[in-house]
Amino acid sequence: MALKMVKGSIDRMFDKNLQDLVRGIRNHKEDEAKYISQCIDEIKQELKQDNIAVKANAVCKLTYALALTWAIFLQRVGYLAASQCFHEGTDVIMLTTNQIRKDLSSPSQYDTGVALTGLSCFVTPDLARDLASDIMTLMSHTKPYIRKKAVLIMYKVFLKYPESLRPAFPRLKEKLEDPDPGVQSAAVNVICELARRNPKNYLSLAPLFFKLMTSSTNNWVLIKIIKLFGALTPLEPRLGKKLIEPLTNLIHSTSAMSLLYECVNTVIAVLISLSSGMPNHSASIQLCVQKLRILIEDSDQNLKYLGLLAMSKILKTHPKSVQSHKDLVLQCLDDKDESIRLRALDLLYGMVSKKNLMEIVKKLMTHVDKAEGTTYRDELLTKIIDICSQSNYQHITNFEWYISILVELTRLEGTRHGHLIAAQMLDVAIRVKAIRKFAVSQMSALLDNAHLVASSTQRNGICEVLYAAAWICGEFSEHLQEPHQTLEAMLRPKVTTLPGHIQAVYVQNVVKLYASILQQQEQAAEAEAAQEVTQLMVERLPQFVQSADLEVQERASCILQLVKHVQKLQAKGVPVAEEVSALFAGELNPVAPKAQKKVPVPEGLDLDAWINEPPSDSESEDEKPKAIFHDEEPRHVRRRQPEEDEEELARRREARKQEQANNPFYIKSSPSPQKRYRDAPGVEHIPVVQIDLSVPLKVPGMPMSDQYVKLEEERRHRQRLEKDKKKKRKKEKDRKGKHRRHSSLPTESDEDIAPAQQVDIVTEEMPENALPSDEEDKDPNDPYRALDIDLDKPLADSEKLPVQKHRNTEVSKSPEKDEVPVVEKKSKKPKKKEKKPKEKEKKKERERKVEDLDFWLSTTPPPAATPVPSMEELSVNTVTSPKDESEGPKREELEDEEDNTEHDQERKSSRHKKKKHKKEREEKEKKKAKRKQPEREHEQEEPVQNGAAEEEEEETLPPMSSYRLLAENSFIKMTYDIQASLQKDSQVTVSVILENQSGSFLKNMELSVLDSLNAKMARPEGSSVHAGVPVPFQLPPGVSNEAQFVFTVQSIIMAQKLKGTLSFIAKDDDGATHEKLDFRLHFSCSSYLITTPCYSDAFARLLESGDLSMSSIKVDGISMSFQNLLSKICFYHHFSVVERVDSCASMYSRSIQGHHVCLLLKKGESSVSVDGKCSDPTLLSSLLEEMKATLAQC
Amino acid sequence: MIKAILIFNNHGKPRLSKFYQPYSEDTQQQIIRETFHLVSKRDENVCNFLEGLLIGESDNKLIYRHYATLYFVFCVDSSESELGILDLIQVFVETLDKCFENVCELDLIFHVDKVHNILAEMVMGGMVLETNMNEIVTQIDAQNKLEKSEAGLAEALACAVSAVKNMNLPEIPRNINIGDISIKVLNLPSFK
Repeated sequence: MALKMVKGSIDRMFDKNLQDLVRGIRNHKEDEAKYISQCIDEIKQELKQDNIAVKANAVCKLTYALALTWAIFLQRVGYLAASQCFHEGTDVIMLTTNQIRKDLSSPSQYDTGVALTGLSCFVTPDLARDLASDIMTLMSHTKPYIRKKAVLIMYKVFLKYPESLRPAFPRLKEKLEDPDPGVQSAAVNVICELARRNPKNYLSLAPLFFKLMTSSTNNWVLIKIIKLFGALTPLEPRLGKKLIEPLTNLIHSTSAMSLLYECVNTVIAVLISLSSGMPNHSASIQLCVQKLRILIEDSDQNLKYLGLLAMSKILKTHPKSVQSHKDLVLQCLDDKDESIRLRALDLLYGMVSKKNLMEIVKKLMTHVDKAEGTTYRDELLTKIIDICSQSNYQHITNFEWYISILVELTRLEGTRHGHLIAAQMLDVAIRVKAIRKFAVSQMSALLDNAHLVASSTQRNGICEVLYAAAWICGEFSEHLQEPHQTLEAMLRPKVTTLPGHIQAVYVQNVVKLYASILQQQEQAAEAEAAQEVTQLMVERLPQFVQSADLEVQERASCILQLVKHVQKLQAKGVPVAEEVSALFAGELNPVAPKAQKKVPVPEGLDLDAWINEPPSDSESEDEKPKAIFHDEEPRHVRRRQPEEDEEELARRREARKQEQANNPFYIKSSPSPQKRYRDAPGVEHIPVVQIDLSVPLKVPGMPMSDQYVKLEEERRHRQRLEKDKKKKRKKEKDRKGKHRRHSSLPTESDEDIAPAQQVDIVTEEMPENALPSDEEDKDPNDPYRALDIDLDKPLADSEKLPVQKHRNTEVSKSPEKDEVPVVEKKSKKPKKKEKKPKEKEKKKERERKVEDLDFWLSTTPPPAATPVPSMEELSVNTVTSPKDESEGPKREELEDEEDNTEHDQERKSSRHKKKKHKKEREEKEKKKAKRKQPEREHEQEEPVQNGAAEEEEEETLPPMSSYRLLAENSFIKMTYDIQASLQKDSQVTVSVILENQSGSFLKNMELSVLDSLNAKMARPEGSSVHAGVPVPFQLPPGVSNEAQFVFTVQSIIMAQKLKGTLSFIAKDDDGATHEKLDFRLHFSCSSYLITTPCYSDAFARLLESGDLSMSSIKVDGISMSFQNLLSKICFYHHFSVVERVDSCASMYSRSIQGHHVCLLLKKGESSVSVDGKCSDPTLLSSLLEEMKATLAQC
Repeated sequence: MIKAILIFNNHGKPRLSKFYQPYSEDTQQQIIRETFHLVSKRDENVCNFLEGLLIGESDNKLIYRHYATLYFVFCVDSSESELGILDLIQVFVETLDKCFENVCELDLIFHVDKVHNILAEMVMGGMVLETNMNEIVTQIDAQNKLEKSEAGLAEALACAVSAVKNMNLPEIPRNINIGDISIKVLNLPSFK
């Protein structure tokens, strides 16, 4: 054994430690894999040993191996592990930023995808800030797979880093119209999620969503959009009107239940937001209710559940239409599924009327009896109370019935809602004066049978009702039949087992009872009896004095002294009843719950100021006010007239104080108060008294509320007869036909039923000039609040995503990175793509936007399709599809209607465009079919950057792409774009998208270009001037990818063309062929320009300087709106707008070699003139030529 | 938003749990337990929705489906369509079925990573990424191919990791012989 251990420790000396492992891996460059697997074997062996140190070492090495592989092979596993165990607080995350960034820019779409997925799980504010711009870039990735993930993750980024929302929003919006349905759906998802929290900021997107809704066929997207509309309509009722029509159509046409359900839901939301007076909307309601009925009647429990859920929404605004389906709802109450029963209960709430309340509640009561499981029973109980008490007991015609229902409910065992019942009893008794007598009789019965209620378990909540019972009997004791009996019931020893707060109420109300008994007996001159009652009080009160509950104790001892005093007076034959009952004189009115809060602070009153300087010695002076306060406190809202006997009270208090001082029990608590009191009451608590039960509670077979139902029915019948009689007499003179029909109606409307009691529901008191209701503050911790950002406001200069600065090793991959030095170069002026023209202009645009929305909303809702100009384009898109033909006339109609609008001009232009774009679209659709996305807008050229293009709604430009066709044959299609960057004054990057259009596998692609004197292609070091540059990827069938090539350009003042050839091997099943494709690469002067912002003052200085040469052109026959013209020029020629006034704009740009280019663009009736100033006349004329070509197409 | 996705079997053994909001380990366990408790009580032919029970906010809903031995539970908030999520669960299960060829509980146990990957293609960060099954399957297949080509070392490491796991767990049956698992390393790209 010992030998083995020694051997083990010697072995260990040869074990590798972590350093050895690392060294080893570095030394085995040739066969790393083998070496690692060897090491892993060793690690496993080591793990099996029982030596802890060895194990620790092994784990250490393994971790390293894992760390290595994290970067290389096991990226998926690594991210999976990270997403499962990292969270915001994990420190390691700080270290991962660069790894993630690397993965995000990985050439493999799956690596990027995995990184995005992982990031979505553990993104932190720091990560979000650091990676936001990288993810932004990915949103325009060529692969839809990456794009959709990047779009989706933006939501998480927004949440963590709200500042990114505004800079990123334009692109997000753009993705709503992405050709790939997956990306589109992701964008819809994100915007819906954003809009749900802050809907008002997204109202301006309504037209766009509307367009999507009418065009999309993806149910998932439709559902999301429709749900979003549901959130938007409350903010903009006009939107609702517009929605009704298409939604109704969807309801009729769709076969998907989920979609149908969401449509119904949104229609309901719309109807809620509209004023109910709209006549033609009753049809929509009917449709909804009808569809919901189908759902509810379905055998699928899920549909049933949802149907009920939606029904309850309608109920809130259109109770009438739901009420007719009462049968269905009641039927659902019997369903075996509890969720469904609960939903049905919700519905009942709105279905009751004066007429059917009793019937429904009766049904519910039987359910209460049958229900197993306390949760459901409690739910029933609260629902019964809710139903009955809703809108100030509106539906209750017979309060005797209601009280008896409440009393019946007290028999529920183990309910948590005793306090609810108690509150109802109190409320009814206080507010319905007529019912007090009845209530008091019921309550006294309840008090008599308190043992039934409170017996079983101490902890059950139902004993709360005794609180109400005691208070009602005390407060309205004048209505009591046998006050003496009730008094005794309240003084029973058993009472002391009740919870403290209930005992306290007992004690207080015993005195009220006592006062009224005294009064009665003194009036009847029964001095003897009165003294007996007093004696009873004196005997029984000590049991409360010994209570452990302070409140009970204090009240009891106070009252005991009072009664003792009364006893003395009685002994002297002094009439006391008057004075005792004066203690409780005064009417009690219900006070609104918020009344106290709403009392206005009188002018000049400073609540924080001292009234008197805080007294140093408070003993004597404090006594009085304190005592008064004490008396007031327990009964929260009492209004008394304490003035009369305040002196006496004070005197008594003084006496009590003395008494307390002498009372040995008062100071030190007695050892066992329970025992003590048991000795005291003696025979009294023999339960003989309790046999004397009042009748109603004991009827076993028939619940007593039924009696009232019957009585009420009879009463109503009588009432009806009487009414009929009256009517007859009246209508004798009237026409007979109408009258007959009227009276023969078996049902009566709600209003006909007069309540049995004189119901004077006292409204709650509010203080005079109450303050307007204070709004509840929003939760300041809500994470979504940070996203409450106005998105219509143009971007400010300071708003941009932080971009990581690092060495630029490769040719411009991300122009954002490239642009960082620009900022440095151009000294103070803050800029970047997101910067804007002038403040004035922003404002204008913004107003315009609002108007657009208004315009969109205000057009009277014509049939389903929409009058939005932007939508017209959409219909143009689909012109090719045959099914559209049926809609043809409709659209025409629409167009006619629109011709009258002020937007005539723009519309024409867009129509003009349609032919041109049709081809493009067809092409695009073809591509879409192949599931790829060749067009990639490079962010540098994006229209978004130029503020001018920010508004889209009403005259959406077709998606602009700076990629132009380079060459195409049956195998491959090449599109290209040229990007310049400021740091390299003689270099441009050409991005070429290669798209495999064949069924063959394309490989060994090589691009060779014939250099000119002026422009040369950058080739790998050492290769010859004529050698081609290999394309770093292969293309499987139907796939496209982008390659970038760098060119060096000497002079940029002239446009030029380079000839080139792409050679590749096309391999298919039959074999491989060598193919070639010639092309001409066109370097326009515009591609040497870089969008550079310029302030108007700097611009003015530049123009004044006088060292710019000038030239101008004019193009006729332009119908496009000025706005779109600007966008186009900004986009294709890389200009930024400096200032814009009406149809005149100044623009600026800068070449990579530092030439300034200033433009003044003026639009006349149908012509556009461009005046240009540039530091180089040749460059200017070349540019203007190019611009002319662009404008000619407009 | 989807707040959490849970899969557990008829006995409450979790087979997959994915939380899209951070919770401590204990809370996660508790949520799984409670969810199982709620869901397992329900009859087969009642509706598949449960209200506001799990995880904080009141507008949350549990939407679940029961397949043979497994419960698939999604916890979502009010922005998701109930029926839509039910369909999504169906898509998820069908996708699993396609990827594993007749999926069963054991597949979920032995290929947790794959299940997670499939899920990641459908739901990302609590938002639905893709609902088209064919699209999901295509992506998963492509990734699997890619992974196979790099699988060698991964396997070796996975074995070693499992060795670590076994190291400190005395209750795990001793008859698992780690030494028997042979490790093959294929086409390793060289480290740089």
